Amino acid sequence: MASAARPDSGGAPASAGLSRERLWLLSPTLLMIGFFLVIPLCLIVVYSFLTPGTYGGVEWIGSTAAYVQFLFEEDFLSEELTFHSAYLEIYFGSFVQAVTATVACLILGFPTAYFIATRPPRQRTLWVFLVTIPYWVNLLIRTVSMLFIIRDEGPLNALLLEIGLIATPLRIAYTDFAIGLGLVYSYLPFMVLPIYAAIERFNFSLVEAAHDLYADRWTTLREVILPAVKPGVIAGSLLVFIPSLGSFIAPDLLGGGKQLMIGNLIALQFQGSRNWPFGAAAAVILLTIVLIVLMLFTRKQAANAGEAR
Amino acid sequence: MQRSPASAVDIRNVVKRFGSFTALREVSFDIRDNEFFTLLGPSGCGKTTLLRMIAGFETVTEGAIFLYGEEIEKLPANKRPVNTVFQQYALFPHMSVTENVAFGMRMLRRPAEEIRQRSGQILELVQLSAFADRKPDQLSGGQQQRVALARALAPRPKVLLLDEPLSALDLKLRQAMRVELKQIQEETGITFVFVTHDQEEALTMSDRIAVMSAGELQQIGSASDIYERPRNRFVAGFIGETNLLPVTVEEAPINGVCSCRLASGVVIESNPAGRPGAGAKGHISIRPERLSLTAPAVDGLHGTIDRTVYMGTDTQYLLHLDDGAELTVRKQNTGGDAPGFAPGERARVEIDRGAARLLVD
Repeated sequence: MASAARPDSGGAPASAGLSRERLWLLSPTLLMIGFFLVIPLCLIVVYSFLTPGTYGGVEWIGSTAAYVQFLFEEDFLSEELTFHSAYLEIYFGSFVQAVTATVACLILGFPTAYFIATRPPRQRTLWVFLVTIPYWVNLLIRTVSMLFIIRDEGPLNALLLEIGLIATPLRIAYTDFAIGLGLVYSYLPFMVLPIYAAIERFNFSLVEAAHDLYADRWTTLREVILPAVKPGVIAGSLLVFIPSLGSFIAPDLLGGGKQLMIGNLIALQFQGSRNWPFGAAAAVILLTIVLIVLMLFTRKQAANAGEAR
Repeated sequence: MQRSPASAVDIRNVVKRFGSFTALREVSFDIRDNEFFTLLGPSGCGKTTLLRMIAGFETVTEGAIFLYGEEIEKLPANKRPVNTVFQQYALFPHMSVTENVAFGMRMLRRPAEEIRQRSGQILELVQLSAFADRKPDQLSGGQQQRVALARALAPRPKVLLLDEPLSALDLKLRQAMRVELKQIQEETGITFVFVTHDQEEALTMSDRIAVMSAGELQQIGSASDIYERPRNRFVAGFIGETNLLPVTVEEAPINGVCSCRLASGVVIESNPAGRPGAGAKGHISIRPERLSLTAPAVDGLHGTIDRTVYMGTDTQYLLHLDDGAELTVRKQNTGGDAPGFAPGERARVEIDRGAARLLVD
């Protein structure tokens, strides 16, 4: 009768034991994330509501000034707030840069991934290895090398002048184009690899089936291949878009630090401007935008999946 | 070139080479309108390559393929009015059953109303109306097979190509599907070209069978033609079980009967493939079920039983003849009557009239 009184007693401890075991397995990661992500993140959120110290750091006086500063300019004399869009423009500019880089990576990366995935299995490993080779060199060094190549007196301009394609050196370095170039170069493998993984799993007899059922090449790509590799495309796009949005090295070096992107703006607040709360607020705003984008994405995905069922 | 309208597919001197490997050597034959035609052969014989050439997935190295009089071997797959049922079905995983079935008609830009009606009708034919909104991964193997069939039938192809469609199913389902496929072929009146390595499948469903081996056509004919009058040793051995005994032709055939002499000196009457001359070497092929065992006598073919194998519907006797050749005899278990023979016993082997087929080497 004792066991009948507690009908769950059989199952509950077993499942609790299982979840405790899982917790143990997860604990190193959880500790890592807790100490080095969650705590710093909380600090940033807290700092964004404090007052800047004179020589960097913060004064522990609560204030929303950082967020106000993001959208408004305070008049020196009248202390009147007027709307100014300089920071919004930086965010918008960064957003455009990131989208451009993502689209460019997709256009370059999809055919590359398709090419690799359709090689014989033994060759694929080699191609994937080649794609990852740039990662054996530090990003900073790669970016500086790129700057060296594209600067006015660099080898690229020398070559173009030599073959007579241009009369005067092209201004490539320290432009938005250079930043885009740097972003595409830095993050292209993040686009190629997930798409490659998706195409490699793709069952190519579906292409034959589509042709057999009167579909031309373009329709086959659109209606059969793309839906199947969509998860890879989405993963690749997010992996390129998110780091591009907050990138620091490419705009700093290739853009000469003149074309401010979000990453530089934030770095500047912690270094030159010594306005930590404003830097923290800018970071929080960026984080919020990224999270909203991600949430909209997953919700749309879930809705699509639900519709498909 | 003018082709008779009765021929659905006309394969003319088709050669296929992959690099230095020749997959098909000068294959020619007709597939008639409205027939269930089977390409049968062991793996690597070129049957699938030939099917894929009709579908347009492989190029033709030499020769021509006509579809109802129209030369098609240069057309891309999506311009050929044939549809394929793939071995692993190749259903579109992100589309529902109905969307899969409608795909071909949609690509042909048929009116929406027609597509809707035809899809419903064809799903009814394969008894899947209740599963119209499911995704392929929510269906059993047998159901996926039917979707693949429905999808290929829906655009009303002139010829339906089936690439070992039953090989992924378990035995019971496979047997049920054989009957169903044949029924659907008769109901729709579409020419079916079916590829298989399973001789039982070929025998039970086909109007005509083309037996292939090593890239060459070995024989073409009805199931009984091929089983009872094989043209060569390969066909005799590949279709069903057979006994092959080496013989020498005594005299050229008279009225379709040819007497030939076994190594032991026993003379047997056989029906010859072709017209062998006296003294020609060959083999006679006799099916185990066309042999019977009786008590030893003065003359005739004699042997000693090595083993008996009980197989339910019949019993198999493995014996060796006096000249050393091995022989299998099958006797139906009709119940109770004859006691049968035990290992070690001698018996006389009787051959049914007309059961010995002479195949010249």
